[in-house]
Amino acid sequence: MTTVAPRGRAARAQGPGGAPTRGRARGWRIDRRYLPVVGTLVVLALILVVGGARYDNFLSVGVLANLFINNSFLIVLAVGMTFVILTGGIDLSVGAVLALSSVTAAYLLNAGLPAGVVVPLVVLIGSVIGLLIGAMVHVFEVQPFIATLAGMFFARGLCFLIAPESIPITDETFVALAGWDTWVAGQWRVTSSVVIALVVVAVAFYLLHYTQFGRTVYAIGGGEASARLMGLPVTRTKVLVYVISGTCAGLGGLLFAMFSRSGYSLTGVAMELDAIAAVVIGGTILTGGTGFVLGSVLGALVLGLIQTIITFEGTLSSWWTKIVIGGLLLVFVVLQRLLAVRRT
Amino acid sequence: MTSSDAAGRPVVEMTGISIEFPGVKALDQVDLRLFAGEVHALMGENGAGKSTLIKALTGVYGIDSGEILVDGAPQRFSGPGEAQAAGVATVYQEVNLCENLTVAENIMLGNEPRRFGAIDWRATRRRAAEHLATMGLDIDPSSSLGSHSIAVQQLVAISRAMVVDAKVLVLDEPTSSLDADEVARLFTVVRGLRDRGVAILFVSHFIEQVYEISDRMTVLRNGARVGEFPTAEITRAELVSRMIGRTMEVLDDLQVRTEHTVDPAQGSTPFVRAVGLGRRGGVRPFDLEVYPGQVVGLAGLLGSGRTELARLLAGADRADSGSLELQGRPARLRNPRAAIGHRIAFSSEDRKGEGVVGDLTVRENIVLGLQADRGWLRRLPGKQVDEIVDRYVRALNIRPADPDALLRNLSGGNQQKVLLARWLATAPELLLLDEPTRGIDVGAKAEIQRLVADLAARGMAVLFISAELEEVLRLSHRVAVMRDREKVGELTNGPDVGVDDVVELIASGGDH
Repeated sequence: MTTVAPRGRAARAQGPGGAPTRGRARGWRIDRRYLPVVGTLVVLALILVVGGARYDNFLSVGVLANLFINNSFLIVLAVGMTFVILTGGIDLSVGAVLALSSVTAAYLLNAGLPAGVVVPLVVLIGSVIGLLIGAMVHVFEVQPFIATLAGMFFARGLCFLIAPESIPITDETFVALAGWDTWVAGQWRVTSSVVIALVVVAVAFYLLHYTQFGRTVYAIGGGEASARLMGLPVTRTKVLVYVISGTCAGLGGLLFAMFSRSGYSLTGVAMELDAIAAVVIGGTILTGGTGFVLGSVLGALVLGLIQTIITFEGTLSSWWTKIVIGGLLLVFVVLQRLLAVRRT
Repeated sequence: MTSSDAAGRPVVEMTGISIEFPGVKALDQVDLRLFAGEVHALMGENGAGKSTLIKALTGVYGIDSGEILVDGAPQRFSGPGEAQAAGVATVYQEVNLCENLTVAENIMLGNEPRRFGAIDWRATRRRAAEHLATMGLDIDPSSSLGSHSIAVQQLVAISRAMVVDAKVLVLDEPTSSLDADEVARLFTVVRGLRDRGVAILFVSHFIEQVYEISDRMTVLRNGARVGEFPTAEITRAELVSRMIGRTMEVLDDLQVRTEHTVDPAQGSTPFVRAVGLGRRGGVRPFDLEVYPGQVVGLAGLLGSGRTELARLLAGADRADSGSLELQGRPARLRNPRAAIGHRIAFSSEDRKGEGVVGDLTVRENIVLGLQADRGWLRRLPGKQVDEIVDRYVRALNIRPADPDALLRNLSGGNQQKVLLARWLATAPELLLLDEPTRGIDVGAKAEIQRLVADLAARGMAVLFISAELEEVLRLSHRVAVMRDREKVGELTNGPDVGVDDVVELIASGGDH
């Protein structure tokens, strides 16, 4: 019978004189599935090295800790987006939902509702919008692009209906929650937003890799018709990914409100595109089926680091961030393309 | 191996199954019985209802009437998941697995062993490896499925089916993309499963394979059951004629056939001469000549490689062996445009998908080919368009005779005539007609046949493909016979050549 080593590389990776043991030389051989993520890791390291060489204090613990603090909401958005993109969909509504959630939080807190009610409520708003979008995609078979575009306009419009101008948040409980922090190893500052973001990442990782729901997400991305014929719950899963993405956006709004201590209708414009960029730079393929949530986290950190570098440079316009991100996106998409071509 | 009827109750008993699609009766009172430890072949031409019957069994389609008993209990599955849970597993023709996932996942997905609610990956891989081992398959369960051949993927799909301890395994065209060794390997696995008491429903176009593997067969034709036969008791010729049916139609007044006593091939240069032309996975290398003024019929069951052969001549697929001569000069057809440039027209059997454009009018559809030929910048003058359209609408008797009617509102036969008109307007020298008369009514059929005969009489070379042998014989000067993706023989048509001769050639595979 055929013995099929997964890749020729496996044999070569045995090392000089190594016994040709079939199977997995795990540990140091890089599975090609992880290649895009490794690429992201390399880019991340490169930026750190370049930044460290050019600027004093760049490689300080403070800068790195702030990287997580300033990008916690983007990480959460990217995590939600990963689920959707893995199924081959897209969610354009997350920036607007983030704004809606933060504006609602500010408005309700201002109106005197306790933080204990407001916090779960605004997250729930995101879930409900996600559910509506999922239903649109499933029941009316609307393209995800269009359904989430509609969701985006809807959420953005609601923001202005609630409050056209910025609302500062003064609720004590909320401010205390937002201001909570702790020092890991005495130097690394971790805020409540970072903790929340990391919990979200951990939950997402568990869902994607250790539950049937998560594996169905990957299966749908690999081939929806196949997944259906394999008897997997395709419909439920497809709706759920939008609920997850919406929930993440709602949570992201909460984090943003904690970050800015206010709610403003114009926050998060085009932030959905940042989230998509983070996911793609993190190695997830837009057609679905391949990618990792940890990659998306790395992608979000890459975007944050580019921003940091441009701040350090001082004289550069912050729009350079966009140009660099654009270039990186291109590089990564071409890289994925090449990998895909070599696979076939 | 064949268990007699007395050996017990069938595992699956479908009785009086009817399914109706808008305007079409897809299945009409069909019965099917599957016994444990038996391979049951489901035979029939395309459109006979095999796939529909399978989908009725596995819950993809709901049934309008009839009863499905699994293990004696009435069942109506609402989807593949439910059918699997009840022990009815299916492996589809296109391997329906996810290439982006690992082999282990593809086998176990939906049935992963868990620990504390989380998927236990180590146990998943181990169980997958066990299932692979029973298939005699030694591959790394954590390799990705996409890195394996179709044959291996097919076996992985069967492994998946066995995870749920299937009592019934449905194999829908499992061998269509496998080579001989891979088929042998698949059959070893199938026999193993049969001996373990699994009831197997095997669907294939390949007659030899059916005879090799099956114990019993059910033949369908036009959505109805022709009969159930033990494989050992039905000859190949009998089977073929039962699949095709002998519906002598009221066409014999055409008298076309008598005109064909003289073969125009004598002494001239063939318009097309193929030597050893073939394509891996499509059709085995074949030789074929078509002369100007000659109609060559291509007979064979569906899936025998007829369409694949025509596609090579039309430039729709590229040949990977052999050579082609057009009018005595070597030529290579890299794409359909090149073929059109050589004045070869290909009318596809997939009228809707590869032929007419439903949302355009009759007029637009007819001049489409001609306009494309001229290039988009040199627009056909309106007057000329009207003239051409008018001529073909009249010549082919297209109904309604309204050039502005939307094509999708025409009947199948008239759509076919429009498609034909489009190619004729480009004045081809070789016309490849793939199933031009399928699914159209008798009158339109006769008109198209008459037209083909006329065109040949005026010097056009025609390759005529049809599942209806009477039709092929009525029109052709020569008949090439295809079987199992191979050209197995050629007959010179004449008054004493009958359908039986062709059936025999198909059934025997030319080795007599």
